[in-house]
Amino acid sequence: MKEEFTISVFSENQVGLLNRITIIFTRRHINIESLTVSESAIKGIYKFTIVVNTTRIMIKKVVKHIEKLVEVLKAFYHTKDEIFYQEIALYKVSTNVLTTNKEFERLVRTHNARIIEVTNDYTIIEKTGHKNETQDLLEKLEQFGVLQFVRSGRVAITKMKKEILTKYLKKLEMVNS
Amino acid sequence: MMETLTLEKKKVVRKLSKRVTGAEAVILSLLAEGVDTIFGYPGGAIMPIYDKLYNIPGKLRHILVRHEQGAAHSAQAYAMVSGKVGVCFATSGPGATNLVTGIANANIDSVPVVFITAQVISNLLGTDAFQEIDIVGISMPITKWNYQVTKVEEIPDAIAKAFFIANSGRPGPVLLDITKDVQVAELDFKYKKCTSLRSYIPYPEIKSGTIDAAAQLINNAKKPFLFIGHGVRISKAQQEVKNFAEKTGIPVASTLLGLSALPSNHPLYVGMLGMHGNYGPNIKTNECDLIIAVGMRFDDRVTGNLKKYAKQAKIIHIEIDDSEINKVVKVDIEINADAKKTLVELINKVKEKSHNEWVREFKECEKMEYDKVINKCCSPKTGHIKMGEIVRKVSEKTKGEAIVVTDVGQQQMVTARYYKFTKFNSFITSGGMGTMGFGLPAAIGAKIGTPDREVVSFSGDGGFQMTIQEMGTIMQYKLPLKMIILNNNFLGMVRQWQELFFKKRYSATEMITPNFPAIAKGYGIPGKKITLRKELDDALDEMFAYKGAYLLEVLIEKEENIFPMILPGTSVSEIILE
Repeated sequence: MKEEFTISVFSENQVGLLNRITIIFTRRHINIESLTVSESAIKGIYKFTIVVNTTRIMIKKVVKHIEKLVEVLKAFYHTKDEIFYQEIALYKVSTNVLTTNKEFERLVRTHNARIIEVTNDYTIIEKTGHKNETQDLLEKLEQFGVLQFVRSGRVAITKMKKEILTKYLKKLEMVNS
Repeated sequence: MMETLTLEKKKVVRKLSKRVTGAEAVILSLLAEGVDTIFGYPGGAIMPIYDKLYNIPGKLRHILVRHEQGAAHSAQAYAMVSGKVGVCFATSGPGATNLVTGIANANIDSVPVVFITAQVISNLLGTDAFQEIDIVGISMPITKWNYQVTKVEEIPDAIAKAFFIANSGRPGPVLLDITKDVQVAELDFKYKKCTSLRSYIPYPEIKSGTIDAAAQLINNAKKPFLFIGHGVRISKAQQEVKNFAEKTGIPVASTLLGLSALPSNHPLYVGMLGMHGNYGPNIKTNECDLIIAVGMRFDDRVTGNLKKYAKQAKIIHIEIDDSEINKVVKVDIEINADAKKTLVELINKVKEKSHNEWVREFKECEKMEYDKVINKCCSPKTGHIKMGEIVRKVSEKTKGEAIVVTDVGQQQMVTARYYKFTKFNSFITSGGMGTMGFGLPAAIGAKIGTPDREVVSFSGDGGFQMTIQEMGTIMQYKLPLKMIILNNNFLGMVRQWQELFFKKRYSATEMITPNFPAIAKGYGIPGKKITLRKELDDALDEMFAYKGAYLLEVLIEKEENIFPMILPGTSVSEIILE
């Protein structure tokens, strides 16, 4: 039975590593729903957050295969309930809409979105939340005409107290010294 | 702990100045890693490196092959027999892409080879320049690690890292792509071997409790069964396997790549597992109560139908690559560690025992297999020469002491089944990929890696033609290889499947073959073609007596089928004998 899993991969900063990781999914015909890469809390160590829909048996195999990569320090997988996550969405509308519609301003407020840029021609709204929430706002805004819409990948943080990685890195340093 | 080998310490390099070019740095780094043989083929982008290889003082020799695929397979076989890391050079573009089959082959069979390809100059990258190809992208799925060197200072560390990664943990191929401008740029050379990487744990610690748990299962098992695979050869754990089996009285079966880890005549050795393995090991897999799998990965050729595979048995999996554990079969005890280390600890915890009745059951299966299959194919009295006869005779004449190399197909299975190995690490074949054309270049690599041993290569008529050009390499380096072609004018294994599953519709499997001895003669290699059984002994004797390379073509039974066989989709216990 397929479920949504969020995989966190911690790695060295190596050109081409993203390619190596995505190959692991493509060769098993698993689609990547969302992908975010950036430097982690620890300098020099990069974090990949990958969201996929697959079975529990498959996710275990995939994560082990990712960890096998030489430049990967550690990989974890979490179900939706084990993490806290956010995605960011940006909506561009015509500034007319702002000035001619009372309804518009109320919509932005009730959805906890922010107006982050206003020019003569266009206005940009930002919302953070889960995919269904940002999708909901998009559908509501569509009546006013959305000029452009973009959604980011997922950033996720575990619901455990301490960062698992720091403990693991300390262990690694002991093994390798 | 980092070992520093500065220029001054190397006799060879005292003649060169401290400031060297990238190309020289490549050669010096390889020397620092103890490399003595490179298999390769030059080209435009790699010329600077080849220039530094010319007339180099010291013990570094380059073997010029006739196709880069040959270099890749030769380097792999060299690594397999010598225990060293194989090294292979190729130029950019087509040179690099010609390596791909060989890299993939080394990858799936876990062999340490460092491939060095040249690349166009850095500022031409991505412009579709002449002979430019993204070999790093192409080889990503088939290398353990790869890297494009675009700064000359990176060369020593890149090579150090390459050797460390290739030959540690589960070995595998590594590729370095070096741009031409880097080869001619200069650097101050200093070499430091790589002994560890923060993100890489090649030798995991044995988790506490697992040895005791395993020992308990072993001590209580009534029908235990030990499987050995390539990992036993890589870990050089042959003595530990022997001691363990002898102490516990447990029968031992081998995968294709595990062959020659134990001598074939060991009293506890019961045969080969898998699709064309021996009858007993396959049947008994579904009767045992405990499987101890050491350095093998439950490949689909070994397991047959997984739904009916060893469901009644508990499984202990001793395997250095964590991603292989529970990948195919669910195991009961996972020991993610080196085979040798694990067996050393395990043997202290297991009780001395014997399972004579259980082992006798295997011997009974052996007798049945002998009557129905082995006798017919190894000692036929009439008809055309059969493949098994040839292998048996070669086995006797070489006393089981030769290094045996095969190509892929029927002759591979027959050789695996009927050659009686007496020496450790003597079987070279393409397992996971089943690459036709592997045989001849692999035999070249094996001979160069172990010049003092007899090397015999068995090929089919199809496979031999795929890399036939490597006879040029044999000729140039005067390698005294013994080559046997088992010619049935068919792509035998495919034909067998067409007979069994496609109602004998031999689509594109009949092959008209050339006069192989005549071709060999063109390469200065003597040879002979025989068709009759009575010619076989003398022909083989002549081949072995001749002090040099020799090619023997044997016209064999055209439509011989290899049995036993686990038909696709069936279980190991449904293995058929005829």
